[in-house]
Amino acid sequence: MDFDNPLQKQLPWRWQEGDLTVTRSNAWSGPGCHEGCGVLIYTDKEGKMVKVEGDPENPFNQGRLCVRCLALPEVTYHPDRLLYPQKRVGERGEDKWERVSWEEAYDTIVTKFNAYKAEFGPQSVVFNQGTGRDVTWANGRLCYGFGSPNSSDFQSGMACYLPRLSSLYATTGSFLVADCSQHFPDRYDEPSWTRPECIVIWGCNPIISNADGFLGHWIVDCMKLGSKLIVIDPRLTWLAAKADIWLQIRPGTDAAMALAWLDVIINEKLYDEDFVEMWTLGFDELAGRVAEYPVEKMAEITWVPQEKIEAAARLYATSKPAAIQWGLAIDMTKESLPAGQAITALWSITGNVDIPGGMVTVALPYGADIWGGDWGYSHLSPEAKAVRIGLDKYPLLQWGLPLAQADEIVEAMLTDDPYPIKAIWLVGSNALACMGADPEKLMKALNRMEFVVNIDLFKTPTAVACADLLLPVLTYPEKNGLRAVWYHIGNINKAIEPVGEGKSDAQLAIELGHIFNPDLVPWETVEEYFDAVLEGTEMTFEEMRDAGAVLYTDFEYKKYEKGYERGDGELGFNTPSGRIELYSTAYERSGLDPLPYFEEPTESPFSTPEMYEEYPIVLTSGARHWASFHSEHRQIHRLRAMRPDPIVEIHPETAAKYGVGEGDWIWIENHRGRVQRKVQLTTILDPRVINADHGWWYPEKEPAAPSLYGMWDVNFNKLIPWDPGRSGFGANYKSLLCKIYKVNQGEEAQSWLP
Amino acid sequence: MSEYGLLIDYKYCTGCLSCDFACNQEHGFPLGQSGIKVAQFGPWEIDTDKYEYLFVPALTELCTLCSQRVEKGKQPACVQHCQSLVMTYGRIEDLAKQMVGKPKHVLYSR
Ligand code: SF4
Ligand code: SF4
Ligand code: SF4
Repeated sequence: MDFDNPLQKQLPWRWQEGDLTVTRSNAWSGPGCHEGCGVLIYTDKEGKMVKVEGDPENPFNQGRLCVRCLALPEVTYHPDRLLYPQKRVGERGEDKWERVSWEEAYDTIVTKFNAYKAEFGPQSVVFNQGTGRDVTWANGRLCYGFGSPNSSDFQSGMACYLPRLSSLYATTGSFLVADCSQHFPDRYDEPSWTRPECIVIWGCNPIISNADGFLGHWIVDCMKLGSKLIVIDPRLTWLAAKADIWLQIRPGTDAAMALAWLDVIINEKLYDEDFVEMWTLGFDELAGRVAEYPVEKMAEITWVPQEKIEAAARLYATSKPAAIQWGLAIDMTKESLPAGQAITALWSITGNVDIPGGMVTVALPYGADIWGGDWGYSHLSPEAKAVRIGLDKYPLLQWGLPLAQADEIVEAMLTDDPYPIKAIWLVGSNALACMGADPEKLMKALNRMEFVVNIDLFKTPTAVACADLLLPVLTYPEKNGLRAVWYHIGNINKAIEPVGEGKSDAQLAIELGHIFNPDLVPWETVEEYFDAVLEGTEMTFEEMRDAGAVLYTDFEYKKYEKGYERGDGELGFNTPSGRIELYSTAYERSGLDPLPYFEEPTESPFSTPEMYEEYPIVLTSGARHWASFHSEHRQIHRLRAMRPDPIVEIHPETAAKYGVGEGDWIWIENHRGRVQRKVQLTTILDPRVINADHGWWYPEKEPAAPSLYGMWDVNFNKLIPWDPGRSGFGANYKSLLCKIYKVNQGEEAQSWLP
Repeated sequence: MSEYGLLIDYKYCTGCLSCDFACNQEHGFPLGQSGIKVAQFGPWEIDTDKYEYLFVPALTELCTLCSQRVEKGKQPACVQHCQSLVMTYGRIEDLAKQMVGKPKHVLYSR
């Protein structure tokens, strides 16, 4: 093996530090998040984990770690961990379980799944997951190995990253990320890299959310190097407070904002004419469409003054390179695809594509289908592919990621239309309390199923309400595995013996996949699978482990000028026209508007003025907090202490108007339902907007129904409908209307104080 | 008094509390106690479109400057885990020199 490889620094993976053994690993979750930060896991003589530290040798996080991974030992050794397989013995919701062996669990799954396959076809079993972490890649193998085309999540419009990815894939043939030097082992010292002149933080708070393989504090690194900031956010975040320009946008109007910027940039000719001419398709059509969204009009819609929008658009367009770090808010509008398309047009017409400090196109390192990829889908029979749920209604699903459409899955579960769904494999997902819209509808759908297998670290409200079989998985220090992101691959190295009988997500999926389909899943052990996936690196799992923290790929800029974007080696982009399609032929072929547009949120001051009279406050949600990853970590003492209650942020003027004060418990109500939150007064919001936490449940409360861990009083999803955008992507999770009033004394959801 | 101290560029402190947690874990302090705690100021508007939103870490009586880690050639736990990479451990004399001409830095001795 070549250890002069500049893409990988040779480092030991295990060593002794005094009495403690140190194991180098990558924190691919759970617990944790998408990031997979480099970690050093310290164990004592008895093999017990005593602490975890950030790995200073890992260029991704350079030793830093957030509080969630710092709390790892408390998660792994938590008394509530699921430790062995259990089957339900009472009714669903009664929380009565009996321990079973893995043998019995596998037998039950194989017997039942095969019976449904024989009677109703493999499509009658749906393999869903929570947010994409170290479950996705092996889960795909299991689903497609079984022969079902139906793998997705239980989130209306799959409204998390997938809309942006689909929009990018359809219009650019690639994926793009803001370039903060993350492709290089020597990071900010890399000579070919330049810091962005300007970074736009659009609809996210990356220093806390750390989403999608982008470590938010890289923004801070770039600020120190002199990058200017524009922040688009309804809340004054720390980054917004430091920004050169903060646009306090009305939730759900991101597409209007992007179109307004385009209007300014096109009118003032601030775009990169050469790039537009050489590498894009449909600029004139785009300009024609943009003219329908003049900045003065968009100022009214977005609630941001026209001069500020213009100043931001000018600062962005006259800074080069400029990067846009976009977030979940783009996905969580119903018409998310045109929103993503408009933002993509911004960086495209300004020529910020694949240049240092701009937006760089990314691929799967060494072709390993871990972070993304095929996961065996291409091996499905044409008949199986044809019945993927949602494909007929949403033809765009044919291109890009092979997802089944989530809202349509739920409909099919409820109606047997287009065909019966009999069983659900649900891994790493507390859908009722976290990503799912209307939880009553989802629960009804799940409870129409004959067989639900739930796989998780902890028992959740979703498990108690709906599962028939509960399988335990391992936390990352307990398992071997692989972690890949756009930039590199690394090992997850086992540091301790599992505390129970759990298996890793990958092991579970591969063992079962092998039983169902030894052709597609030929590996008998998960280690063989790892070696196979690593083929492109010419290393085995063990060699990779011996070689260092992570293995980078050779990265080059301007790949479109070198013929590296397309499979056929031609110059340009991997689209039918070979150009970035500002006018999207893929959308057109799918019966969608080929140009970007803005549509009001379904319920808003402008689209439903009568409803706004009854529900006179704009309601947003989903902002993250340091202490938790979505609905995870609520039982982890030291993290829960940072945020013991579900919070709603309210401007003091608004609070006074409705007679509520700091620390009060209030109901937030719309025409679908109501949910409790505890008031935190703050001036970071427009008085017309309030912001509520998501993903709440109370692990310390009664698990059995109707309580379901006290979920119903605090489950924000009760306010959200299953209602996706025209493309099948996007949903209004973050832009609703509501009214607020105090909770009667004695009826507060208040639970547990650390 | 130790010759060593911590220099913190609090302009870029994001209030992530990794320093607090890392210290608490390293030294096994009771929940909520740490050698370093972070105070928040703001957010409030100072002037049109100018905001105060500041986090300033302070060392408590519990801070030992991680003498045992430093002896092994490691960084103090808070310094290593700081998400904004704003903390520097060193000789107070050197740190004071480093601080000259830099806005929003604070130097702690123990
Ligand atoms: S961002 Fe935090 S939770 Fe996510 S992997 Fe890194 S340290 Fe762990
Ligand atoms: S130097 Fe060590 S003891 Fe002092 S605050 Fe930092 S981590 Fe705690
Ligand atoms: S770890 Fe660093 S950025 Fe985070 S609160 Fe402490 S000093 Fe501030």
